[in-house]
Amino acid sequence: MAEQLYDIIIVGGGPAGLSAAYSAWQNGAKKILVLERDREAGGILQQCIHNGFGLHHFKEELTGPGYAQRCYDLVKDKPEIEILVDTMVLSVNDDKSVTAVNPKKGLIKVQGKTIILTMGCRERTRGAIRIPGYRPAGIFTAGAAQRMVNMEGYLPGKKIVILGSGDIGLIMARRMSLEGCKVQAVLEICPFSNGLTRNMVQCLYDYDIPLYLSHTITAIHGKDRVNGITAAKVDDHMKPIPGTEFDIDCDTLLLSVGLIPENELSRGLGLAMHPLTNGPIVDQHRETSIPGIFAAGNVVHVHDLVDFVSEEAEIAGKYAAIKATGKLPDSVADVTVDAIDQVRTCVPQHVRATADGETIRLFMRVRKPMDKVRLTVKSGEEVLLTKVLPVAKPSEMIAVNVPADKAKGHHDEWTVSVKEEEA
Amino acid sequence: MSVETKQINCINCPLGCLLTIELTDGKVTNVTGNTCPRGEKYGHQEMTNPQRMLTSSVRVENGFLPLLPVVSKSTLPKGKILACAEALRDVVVKAPVKTGDIIVSNILGLGVDIIASRDMEKQ
Repeated sequence: MAEQLYDIIIVGGGPAGLSAAYSAWQNGAKKILVLERDREAGGILQQCIHNGFGLHHFKEELTGPGYAQRCYDLVKDKPEIEILVDTMVLSVNDDKSVTAVNPKKGLIKVQGKTIILTMGCRERTRGAIRIPGYRPAGIFTAGAAQRMVNMEGYLPGKKIVILGSGDIGLIMARRMSLEGCKVQAVLEICPFSNGLTRNMVQCLYDYDIPLYLSHTITAIHGKDRVNGITAAKVDDHMKPIPGTEFDIDCDTLLLSVGLIPENELSRGLGLAMHPLTNGPIVDQHRETSIPGIFAAGNVVHVHDLVDFVSEEAEIAGKYAAIKATGKLPDSVADVTVDAIDQVRTCVPQHVRATADGETIRLFMRVRKPMDKVRLTVKSGEEVLLTKVLPVAKPSEMIAVNVPADKAKGHHDEWTVSVKEEEA
Repeated sequence: MSVETKQINCINCPLGCLLTIELTDGKVTNVTGNTCPRGEKYGHQEMTNPQRMLTSSVRVENGFLPLLPVVSKSTLPKGKILACAEALRDVVVKAPVKTGDIIVSNILGLGVDIIASRDMEKQ
């Protein structure tokens, strides 16, 4: 088992991993290894063939594969960056060694000075939402169906029901319609859609696909193949209301019922995890609870824009590079960042304050959709930042900067609050 | 003179502004609710000649992957989107392909090219 020493080992070659690699390279890392389990780099973007990516990061509207290509073009052909595909990481260890398997190289062990975890997230499945009934063929996660249709060239079925109105569900409703399938309905358990308004318009309304809000599936019919589902309205506690059931014909059920950061490796490593983001707890540099191990992108918290994934990964790449070359400034205080009021989660969860101060970028998600809210960041009783936002939705991450001069010296616990403005 | 108002959501960006469009004798006379100039343009366009981008995939011969993702170079009339998607189902290209290569020129005579979204190496 050969062992090689790298400045940085990056686990996962999706947009987060590639952006982290490029940023690490820009910041002076000389030997960077990206480990990717798929047959090529680019991650989930390769199957997200629709457009709408990159407006923030590349200042133009790109498709998913187009965005992946941009990220890849920045790192390919750089002698300092090695990308190993078809490589599954088995464990990441606290001494910053990584064990992986590759069909050509067999079992490999590599040693990093620093590690960046960019494993992304995966979809929740039927088991996670406990729909009763038989287990016939024809039930897919929306992402699995997306890969079949967009990358492998197969249709999962012809008559489709979609459970969940997150963006992936909406995008797949349009995609299946474009391929000549009939999308019977999209069902959403929440009283509001979890997708972007623009996707409601161009993916559902454009194709006259009915959306049933506050509805869920209470039974899946068919023994060998799905032949229909029973839908029902739900009450305020998301419990089906007896007597509201109705049947919908279909041969395929797609589930778009949420994403979970993929953190088996992080847990194996014993990283401190956050119960609401389901990702590692990180500081402003995206360094986890184990020094020298960083994390960024959907593995930390599920993003809605890949642009923000890249942005976060660039932070991790930069500071991992600085750490690997031994220049990260000492911190003078470890300050907790608490999400309060209508803020459900905030990343980073703490700031390792330096004597000179630095700009701190905060990414947060709110609990419910609201109009006209006030966002306030405080250190103790001192207001560091406050502003009014016209809308706030759980489906849209909010990002703000606390400027370096405001962050500097404020070492009392930080709170991040969003509250509805009085009318 | 008949005046009516319609409400639609702008689809230019994730904000999704709710536009109120005032139509006088079927002609757009006022757009409100937008937060940027693109919203006003969208309001006019959507009432007169709605346009959408099209993305799909086509088969690849001898490629590293079996399918190539493609995108329309600019928007197409909304009413022609399904017909264009159907036309793309029979298209087969030969690898290698570079990002931006024209896969179908002037699709259905609408004056818009369909181009490759990514590079596709040979197998």
